[in-house]
Amino acid sequence: MEWTFTEEQQMLKDMVKKFVDNELRPVAAKIDEEKKIPKELIAQMAELGFLGIAFPPEYGGAGMGETGYCIMQTEIGRACASTATFIGAHQSIGSSGIYMFGTEEQKQKYLVPLAEGKKIGAYALTETSAGSDAYKPQTTAEDKGDHYLVNGGKIFITNGSFADIFTTFVKMVGGPNDGKMSVLIVEKDYEGFKVGKIEEKMGIRGSETSELIFEDMKVPKENLLGREGRGLLVGMKVLNTGRLGLGAAALGAAQESLKLSTAYAKERVQFGKKLSQHQGIQWMLANMSMEIFNMESILYRTAWMYDQGQNVTRESSIVKLYCSEALDRIVDDALQIFGGYGFTCEFPIERMYRDSRINRIFEGTSEIQKMIIARDVLHARDL
Amino acid sequence: MKIIVLLKRVPDTEAKILINQDGNGIREDGVKFIINTYDEYGIEEGLRLKEKVGGDSKVTAVCAGPEESTEVIRTALAMGVDDAVHICDPALAKPSPFTIAEVLAKAISEEGFDIIFCGKQGIDDDMAQTQSILAEKLDIPQVNNATVFELADDLSKAVLNRRIEGGDEKVEASLPVIISCEKGLNDPRYASLPGIMKAKKKEIRVKNLADLGFNEAPSSGRSRVLKWLPMPKGGECKMVEAEETVDAVKELARLLREEAKVV
Ligand SMILES: Cc1cc2nc3c(=O)[nH]c(=O)nc-3n(C[C@H](O)[C@H](O)[C@H](O)COP(=O)(O)OP(=O)(O)OC[C@H]3O[C@@H](n4cnc5c(N)ncnc54)[C@H](O)[C@@H]3O)c2cc1C
Ligand SMILES: Cc1cc2nc3c(=O)[nH]c(=O)nc-3n(C[C@H](O)[C@H](O)[C@H](O)COP(=O)(O)OP(=O)(O)OC[C@H]3O[C@@H](n4cnc5c(N)ncnc54)[C@H](O)[C@@H]3O)c2cc1C
Repeated sequence: MEWTFTEEQQMLKDMVKKFVDNELRPVAAKIDEEKKIPKELIAQMAELGFLGIAFPPEYGGAGMGETGYCIMQTEIGRACASTATFIGAHQSIGSSGIYMFGTEEQKQKYLVPLAEGKKIGAYALTETSAGSDAYKPQTTAEDKGDHYLVNGGKIFITNGSFADIFTTFVKMVGGPNDGKMSVLIVEKDYEGFKVGKIEEKMGIRGSETSELIFEDMKVPKENLLGREGRGLLVGMKVLNTGRLGLGAAALGAAQESLKLSTAYAKERVQFGKKLSQHQGIQWMLANMSMEIFNMESILYRTAWMYDQGQNVTRESSIVKLYCSEALDRIVDDALQIFGGYGFTCEFPIERMYRDSRINRIFEGTSEIQKMIIARDVLHARDL
Repeated sequence: MKIIVLLKRVPDTEAKILINQDGNGIREDGVKFIINTYDEYGIEEGLRLKEKVGGDSKVTAVCAGPEESTEVIRTALAMGVDDAVHICDPALAKPSPFTIAEVLAKAISEEGFDIIFCGKQGIDDDMAQTQSILAEKLDIPQVNNATVFELADDLSKAVLNRRIEGGDEKVEASLPVIISCEKGLNDPRYASLPGIMKAKKKEIRVKNLADLGFNEAPSSGRSRVLKWLPMPKGGECKMVEAEETVDAVKELARLLREEAKVV
């Protein structure tokens, strides 16, 4: 058993850290305030290879696998959850489906520009009546010979307002797969595609979340992703990787919270002592440190398993569930250590506290993760 | 055009520096090492020059340092440097600028060169000597603290600005030349992710003193480091407190005059 990053992975970590220190952390508060990630920053990340890090070089990626992706998201997550969410929606769930299920033509046409960051991706599953019960879309697709005619809409789609390419879940009507779910690759320029309402949110305000409307939208037949009526498989496989990346960004935010609150506790004096000399505060720091070690351990073990080609359905749900809930406890303690100052917008911990909450909801709520884990436990032949 | 960039492995600027028990170095446990910050300007300038001149131009990094220097050499390769020479020998532990310049001169002569870029100083021991001794050993001109670099179209000479107190000095130097780089010369690029993946396949030629034709470590020159001492502690800080700010200021003025005797 070996438990270290490779030389490349270490270099990647150093490089992303440097980028984050110089380019991202200084603008993180502004991204939150202006509810936008600057175009130039996205272009710079594309140029450096961030937007296709996991995919092989022949498809425009950097070939660093899921582990590399998680290392990058951990560092990005330290500074800006909005940016981590943008990257996650684009790459981990917005492009992975095409990588895993796409034909060679689909990969050349869509995955390459996505991985190179020339096009931006999104993942369109959720609908008003299909949230946790996600695989029952009401958006319909009718086989019209050379194209599918799509009607309906999606809500809460990250990057929805500016993405170019959407991995979109639809219900078949008519034909042999009537009532079953399929996945289509949708381009923003298709006639009948419209962006609806953009949500106002409590956190990750720099990451845009919007409604999509499809009115008699024609999607070419060759844009079917995977097999007709077999959309469930695509959804489940894609979310396995999405959940790891989410855990990675949560880990980064947790590490940053510990760093910031420790530094503060060593400065601030109350009752004639530094906060760090009060045992009550020390116990908070100890708990945070313990949970971070847990997060890091399960995340990178699972990322490694994934890169070995092992099935990680249960493990990635455990990572998602544990990391999102641990981060919420950690940012809460960190803010508590800052006292009244933590509640003000003067310190980044206020933003990090708001940004943390979404992790327990998107890509499957905590309750849904428990359903997945329990199902796997109950079906396991060897516990 | 054959471009050499020098690089040194130094402790991260954020690292907490503690002196070891023998007082002859720092405690390296838990310390992260990076490319000397000023050397990064040299790497960037070398890469830009290669991109500009094109043809069969090549950028070679030369690093003298312990085995662990491989890590910073790979980072330079990931930034785009073509290949590297790593001078590594146990006899070079804690070398003086004189010794280092001597071995660098040998290695660089073997490689061949038209232009050499390096940092204006190491951010670790701040000697700022290696480049000048090296220039002397190679018998070529040197320009220190460069903030602007341009190459004449016929590639025969370099025109540079060098930072001096209160302004810049514009100078011209014939090639081959060694240039030490100052902050502001450029904005060093990040290693791109594809660059990182390619770095492993690039060649690092490791050479020890014997490979370079030395029987023993070259002389350390005429000065010797005797001991490393921790930063002297700052003076005692006295807080002046009073109900009214005005009274605090009066008290402070009194202390400055009567106790500190500085006004
Ligand atoms: C900021 C943001 C970004 C998003 N980005 C995307 C995106 O890019 N693409 C996309 O497709 N979707 C996206 N979503 C949607 C997100 O995945 C859903 O909001 C999430 O899955 C929950 O669905 P819901 O909001 O409809 O909640 P509901 O499904 O209505 O759930 C409400 C509550 O009931 C609980 N619950 C539901 N069923 C059960 C059960 N069987 N047992 C116990 N408890 C249950 C849930 O856990 C939750 O606590 C995003 C959402 C947000 C807020
Ligand atoms: C929005 C807002 C409105 C406010 N309104 C008012 C107001 O109207 N009037 C007013 O007077 N004040 C007001 N306050 C101030 C508020 O009461 C203080 O912020 C609060 O009492 C905490 O003090 P502090 O922020 O200095 O935190 P600190 O005292 O620095 O505490 C920081 C952390 O250390 C912990 N800690 C401190 N001492 C110990 C110890 N001995 N052992 C263990 N842990 C310890 C604290 O519990 C906290 O978690 C307001 C603050 C805010 C943010």
